[in-house]
Amino acid sequence: MSLSAIKLCSLVTGALLLTALASAGSDSPPGIPAPESGEELSGGDTTVFDTSPKAFGFPARNVREEHRAAFFVGHSFFNENWVAAPASTAGRDGLGPLFNARSCSACHFKDGRSRPPEPAQPMVTMLMRISIPGLGPHKEPMPDPVYGGQIQGQAILGVPPEADVYVTYEEVTARFADGEEFSLRTPVYSIRNLGYGPLAKDVMLSPRVAPAMIGMGLLEAVPEKSLRSLADQQKRDGAGISGRINLVWDGTAGRTVPGRFGWKAEQPSVLQQTAGAFVGDMGITSSLRAEENHTARQVICAEQPTGGRPEVSDKILHAVATYSRTLGVPARRNWTDPTVLRGKAIFALANCTACHVPKLQTGDWPEFPELSNQTIRPYTDLLLHDLGEGLADNRPVFEASGRDWRTPPLWGIGLVSKVNAHTFFLHDGRARNLSEAILWHGGEAESAREMFRTIPKSDRNALIAFLESL
Amino acid sequence: MGGSLERERWPPAFRTRDSRNPGELPVGAVRGTRPKRVDANGRPLYWNGDMNMKTKRLRLCIGAGASGTIRRPLRRWLVVLVGIVVGGLFPFQNAHGSDPTTDTELLKLKRAVVANYAAVTSASYQDSLAAANTLRTAVDKFLAEPSERCLRGAREAWVAARVPYSQTEVCRFYDGPIDQAEGMINAWPIDENYIDYVADNSQAGVINAASKFPVLSRELILSLNEKEGKKNISTGFHAIEFLLWGQDLSATGPGNRSWRDYAEGSTNADRRRAYLRIITELLVEHLETVAAAWNDGNKGNYRSDFIGLDPDAALANILKGMGALSGPELAGERLTVPYETKEQEDEQSCFSDNTRSDLIYDAVGIENVYRGRYLAREGRKVEGPGIHDLLLRVDPAFAGTLAAQIEKSVACARSIPQPFDQAILGTSPSPGREAVKKAATALQAQSELIAQAAKVLSIKLNL
Repeated sequence: MSLSAIKLCSLVTGALLLTALASAGSDSPPGIPAPESGEELSGGDTTVFDTSPKAFGFPARNVREEHRAAFFVGHSFFNENWVAAPASTAGRDGLGPLFNARSCSACHFKDGRSRPPEPAQPMVTMLMRISIPGLGPHKEPMPDPVYGGQIQGQAILGVPPEADVYVTYEEVTARFADGEEFSLRTPVYSIRNLGYGPLAKDVMLSPRVAPAMIGMGLLEAVPEKSLRSLADQQKRDGAGISGRINLVWDGTAGRTVPGRFGWKAEQPSVLQQTAGAFVGDMGITSSLRAEENHTARQVICAEQPTGGRPEVSDKILHAVATYSRTLGVPARRNWTDPTVLRGKAIFALANCTACHVPKLQTGDWPEFPELSNQTIRPYTDLLLHDLGEGLADNRPVFEASGRDWRTPPLWGIGLVSKVNAHTFFLHDGRARNLSEAILWHGGEAESAREMFRTIPKSDRNALIAFLESL
Repeated sequence: MGGSLERERWPPAFRTRDSRNPGELPVGAVRGTRPKRVDANGRPLYWNGDMNMKTKRLRLCIGAGASGTIRRPLRRWLVVLVGIVVGGLFPFQNAHGSDPTTDTELLKLKRAVVANYAAVTSASYQDSLAAANTLRTAVDKFLAEPSERCLRGAREAWVAARVPYSQTEVCRFYDGPIDQAEGMINAWPIDENYIDYVADNSQAGVINAASKFPVLSRELILSLNEKEGKKNISTGFHAIEFLLWGQDLSATGPGNRSWRDYAEGSTNADRRRAYLRIITELLVEHLETVAAAWNDGNKGNYRSDFIGLDPDAALANILKGMGALSGPELAGERLTVPYETKEQEDEQSCFSDNTRSDLIYDAVGIENVYRGRYLAREGRKVEGPGIHDLLLRVDPAFAGTLAAQIEKSVACARSIPQPFDQAILGTSPSPGREAVKKAATALQAQSELIAQAAKVLSIKLNL
């Protein structure tokens, strides 16, 4: 080659290399697996791309035309207040007489998760489930004879609310392996201002925050056999992880089915969950749950006017369920960042992925094509796991014992601080940040927690960075 | 005041194609520096086998071996030719006709569109503020001497104030100044029995709760707004509307509260007067804050920051406001929901029956931004380049499509019969319901076209 040709070639090649370097992304650190193609699409084709406070409230990117109207209607009825009957707004009345909140969005604010109350304030966006020992005819928890299955802290005009629930915390300090101190807080609940006499002596309490709404439909679309095979796989792996399906009563189907929604996987479907929340949290009856949430002993409640029978029409109930099912899951952020990738590797190394399963496939759901056959990354196996004495609420629900909790999905968890302006995690919001949440893991998750407690700080930070990217 | 600017951009690593997928990289692109390998004849191999790329086929071997039969001079030109072709492919990852990102004329136009949007927005808010002040004067006059005539005057002033305000709704949804104040200014629907008496409960509301709220003050009323749930609304346009008209219990007209509610002799008339006065003042104050954020010449306010943004970021906000108002808000919440539920309370201005007018001016507001023009008070005009002009540069056919759709939406809104709460009743295909459905469909299609406009302009947008 002549000299001028060599020069020209070098120039061209050099320019190419520079632009190639500039346009290509950052390299994975050595030894860390590269990101999977498409892993940022946590919700498959439903994934939405938003990092604003509204991130949880978008319809699925692939939502079908025929569901759009239902989405809007469901959104409206999810967000607007319900009012006491009788009202000129006949479609939105029937609130109470006993309720926890006036709208779904009061607790599931911006379709996100709620938090424990401020110090010395009663619980408003959090609720307290109660029961007494024993099982009902379908193995459901036995309600308190006076107060039922849940404490409702609000009531319509002229009716006494059930009680105010307060929480205080006791701090427990411990150390990471590198000597740094951390502090966890154990909640202590007190129920005051009882409106209908004393609670049963052996009442069991379970405090619950409202979980985020994203991805419900996708989780519902995961076939039952996938959950079974996950449970079998965990048993075979013999690593101390033994997830179980919670077999629960499905009122509509009239039989026992696998549950997957709720903190103890006690609801089998979004529709059941929605109907249960309408009546339990807002006192709104539906064709699925036609009985109000008060007991026979709360006589004054029975005397109140109703908003119709049922108070929420089937059309609206199904619209709210459709809305809940078709909310889009926000895409991950910074998923190629080297620290995040390192955190992801540590997450797998610590075997967090045994329960927080990264990837699932949804099956065929003719009614919801947008949710069918999707590759989703919810980081859950939807199974029950014993999480140790520290986190136990000691209140069994169907097959879930007092120490069992369903693995919650982790998708969207990094956006909670943006959407809901807080970082309280776990079923009762006791963890003030993700690190505390991990440190509370016991029982089957003991060894994973110990790994987190003993790895160097930079590795812990990497793991947290990974969780924040979800 | 001013809102917080969402300057975050989507992480640059995000693409629909994995930037590390070697199949997407042009031939000959290798990472690393100079070639290190040489072939059997000592000539360099342009392939660094250390790079973990499944790109055997990208190997461009110059030298002996398989291509040994290519003669030397030909090889030389082959390299140069490949280099030029390959180098030329690089900037064209988003090729469609002209390349927007390197067109400096287009950049200038974008900046002009952004600046004009600020001017249009500012004029709209100034008008809204002026109309709110007129409303306050009318309300004060009514409260000083309650009468049928003065109540009518106050109601007329309220309706007039909705015209410029509705045109500003297109500025919502991107965390601008209005998004922080909107809950205090225009949140709806409201819980009637939270503010004042209702048909079935004469004791309802804060106004009648003298023992629970002995003193009605600004601070109290502000604190009650949006407490414990999104819609405990106690301030803003619709709270004022409720206090001026009362519940709409009629099939033939709007609410019909008597002026006597405010006169001595009526239960809690003094508290009602105080409440109405306070919330009208609050409306003016809140609008003042938003108008100041968009004012020309206020140093360091939202407007100056907005104009200083990267034009694509500002345009993303502009399009987001247009799209979010068209689709989820107008088509969805304000048209589809009442169409489906046939519930009277599901109309935007349910007490005054002003919903149809609100809808029209909401749609006009979108058109204002699209065209870059606003017809202000006293015939003043604000005019300049708008989104339409930008689209004309890049895709004239599409610009025509979107322009036509926007015009159609305004026309559909106008063809909804008055009053809106009667239009939605009955069974389809009644004329009213057909008109509502048509408007919803047009606005939904408009929202999708706006999302497409963002793509045409290579702007990242999520609706």
